[in-house]
Amino acid sequence: MSEAAAPESVTMMDAPIRLTYSYTPGVAQSEFLRALTERRILGQRCSTCEQVYVPPRGMCARDGIALEGTFELPDTGVVSGFCIVNIPFAGQAVECPYVSASITFDGADIPIFHLVQEIDPAAVHVGMRVQAVWSEEPQPSMQTIRYFRPLEAADA
Amino acid sequence: MREVAVVSFAQSPTTVEDARSEVEILQPVLHQAVERSGIAREQIGFTVSGSCDYLAGQPFAFVMGLEAVGAWPPIRESHVEMDGAWALYEAWARLQHGDIDAALVYAFGKSSTGDLPKVMTLQLDPYYLAPLWPDAISVAALQARALLDAGAHTERDMAEVAARSRRDAASNPNAQVSGDTSADALLQEPYVSTPLRAHDCPSAGDGSAAVVLAAGALAREVAERPVWIRGIDHRIEPHALGARDLTTSASTRIAAAAAGASSDKIDLAELYAPFSHQELILRDALGLNGQTAINPSGGALTANPMMVAGLIRIGEAASRIARGEADRGLAHATSGPCLQQNLVCVLEGE
Amino acid sequence: MAQRTAVIGVGQTKHDTKRDDVSMAGLVREAALRALEDAGLSFADIDAVVLGKAPDMFEGVMMPELYLADALGANGKPMLRVHTAGSVGGSTAIVAASLVQAGIHERVLTVAFEKQSESDAMWALAPKIPFQMPLVAGAGGYFAPHIREYIRRSGAPDHIGMKVAVKDRLNALRNPFAHLHMPDISLRMVEESLMLWDPIRYLESCPSSDGACALVLASEKAASAAPNPPAWIHATAVRSEPIGMAGRDEVDPQAGRDCAADVYAQAGISDPRAQIDVAEIYVPFSWYEPMWLENLGFADVGSGWKLVDDDSTALDGDIPINASGGVLSSNPIGASGMIRFAEAALQVRGMAGEHQVDGARIALGHAYGGGSQFFAMAIVGRERP
Repeated sequence: MSEAAAPESVTMMDAPIRLTYSYTPGVAQSEFLRALTERRILGQRCSTCEQVYVPPRGMCARDGIALEGTFELPDTGVVSGFCIVNIPFAGQAVECPYVSASITFDGADIPIFHLVQEIDPAAVHVGMRVQAVWSEEPQPSMQTIRYFRPLEAADA
Repeated sequence: MREVAVVSFAQSPTTVEDARSEVEILQPVLHQAVERSGIAREQIGFTVSGSCDYLAGQPFAFVMGLEAVGAWPPIRESHVEMDGAWALYEAWARLQHGDIDAALVYAFGKSSTGDLPKVMTLQLDPYYLAPLWPDAISVAALQARALLDAGAHTERDMAEVAARSRRDAASNPNAQVSGDTSADALLQEPYVSTPLRAHDCPSAGDGSAAVVLAAGALAREVAERPVWIRGIDHRIEPHALGARDLTTSASTRIAAAAAGASSDKIDLAELYAPFSHQELILRDALGLNGQTAINPSGGALTANPMMVAGLIRIGEAASRIARGEADRGLAHATSGPCLQQNLVCVLEGE
Repeated sequence: MAQRTAVIGVGQTKHDTKRDDVSMAGLVREAALRALEDAGLSFADIDAVVLGKAPDMFEGVMMPELYLADALGANGKPMLRVHTAGSVGGSTAIVAASLVQAGIHERVLTVAFEKQSESDAMWALAPKIPFQMPLVAGAGGYFAPHIREYIRRSGAPDHIGMKVAVKDRLNALRNPFAHLHMPDISLRMVEESLMLWDPIRYLESCPSSDGACALVLASEKAASAAPNPPAWIHATAVRSEPIGMAGRDEVDPQAGRDCAADVYAQAGISDPRAQIDVAEIYVPFSWYEPMWLENLGFADVGSGWKLVDDDSTALDGDIPINASGGVLSSNPIGASGMIRFAEAALQVRGMAGEHQVDGARIALGHAYGGGSQFFAMAIVGRERP
């Protein structure tokens, strides 16, 4: 009588999940994204605390009130925080090492997150002035700003 | 137990929303609920919400919701990845401690972002069941089939539920679906997943709701007619569809008894039954005998914003009591496949 | 009024990169059974179950309390699932305690877990939303700028982060449940490890772990029947602040300060450094230890790094931090906050084994999450409050 090999335990199984979602940026952010196609930066000021949000969110997170109305800001700003990313990950758009930064547009009070390039990462510092570099064919997406480059003017 | 009342409720109309984001839908609802409560935002001692990442298609979806609250200075806040009815339970429990007197509960969700019945498949056992991809409609259909086979209910009974719900929803400005129809007409429609027809199933809709709870003296001070939570309880059953009797709802019965729902007259019951056959099961489990108005709002068959619909049941029941249309009512919420988990709340006007 | 509540059972799994010897159900049960055994109870004695974990995308299961109800003996019982991002393990314990403090239940089982190996955590943290910038490469990419800012503000010397990394991994050698056991860990080894998000190196970062933690919370009456010493809850608090608000200080968040002030007031603590014997705080990247020391009032602003430098926070220092090895040694994300509370409880019960701090009577458990915006804290004590 031959002995069948004992079956191996199953310790892992592949169960792929595929779901399709439609994301809505919302009314306030949609306006911001459309303005990006015109290479314009829009911000929104809170009527209570006076803070300027970029991108606009339609409300003030501090006061919990709805906000209306946007205005244009320059596409220059200041690096308010950054790190140098050295870890590869799936779907990465840029080669390592690269600088991921918080950039506060001139006139805004909260930063956006974006890349800083055309500079040795080691030379990036908080307070340095930067300007948006736009893509040739602007889309309604944050990626339509390709990255920020340093401005020669004196630092903030 | 400390007396806690619903003192305000607000909701957004359930629609397919392609312009506003979740938080833009939520913000005016929060604002209304707080304003209607007569309680200042600073007096609210605890805030808790219900929402679901997989509905939104991104992690930490609830973090967006906080932007609508005005959480500054920092607030006591928590979140359950469940229907807002369970967030309300957490708030009710927290108010029992006695150090705070008011709580804000909210829920939001956009079911239209994804293919909802497929998304719901991910609630199922990830090793044995989900990989087969039984969508939520098919799973509910299994239960409906079992109910019909058990003999006490018919397809006509289901159609009556759907027809009544649609007719009642005509007077509810927040309902997504409504219409003047009859069981006869609905029974002519084709099946989508036997024995369910389209009208036996909910539509996918986007929405939000908020409730303000207040304890004792504060409730009496701010509300013309505080709606007291006389009892609230929730229970869960085994997950596997074959491990429980799908035609009865044992957890609803246990929760109702624990919440004190079994006795005394119940003028109205808002039951979270997103499928018509589930209303029949819940009515049986709760022993509702025909004296009770069922889902005067039109119920979840006419508006089913996931993660919100349970909280809406509580809000709808409480609102009618507050307006004097009823004195004592029952609100129910459910979660999971085929009524796996159920919450029952007994409400009574001052 | 809030009823006296105690932790009478603590259970953890062996945390590891991949627990392929158990399913999710098996993972949570391993922790739950240990907690029940510690409490001298069975599932039948439990009145309610509170589950906590971080985003469902980490495992690919939506609302897993539904699937896990059976594994956790929740049939016919109330069950909740808490999700407050990284602080969830802590806030879950607080919700569970709240049910007992409210007088609703006598014995509540709470479990927090993450089985990150089942999905792709890095993907789950940053799904590609079409109009957004796919930028942040993991949590470290978000926190590194704040660490940079702390270093700039405080003038802390470069080696502080590395010192914390070594300390926590040495502590972990005394904790059989910890994920990372690195007997050869040294400053040199940390310094030479890959710089991931400057200034955070690989060995200054938490691992990605599968793991679960469980507690049994009990009323005073139920605690009196417990076989092992209870850890009495002296205080719990949570605070949240919005992520996208101007004027936030993410280095020293207001929500953290307010949350600490709340627990200290409840527990009658006016001098945390003097009155707290040991603290388990949520440090996923080494530099967060000096940052949180300041945020929690153990040190003045700008001086937290000195407590690291002079070994005050070492196991034999006067304010040992993360005797268990901390998040730097084990990070099943959903569980990490509860592990902090569990380890604090073990300390005051005298049950922390080889990483026991002698004579610990009052301990702090701390968890944070989101963009440094959600905080959950508890003070536990050997004596009844």
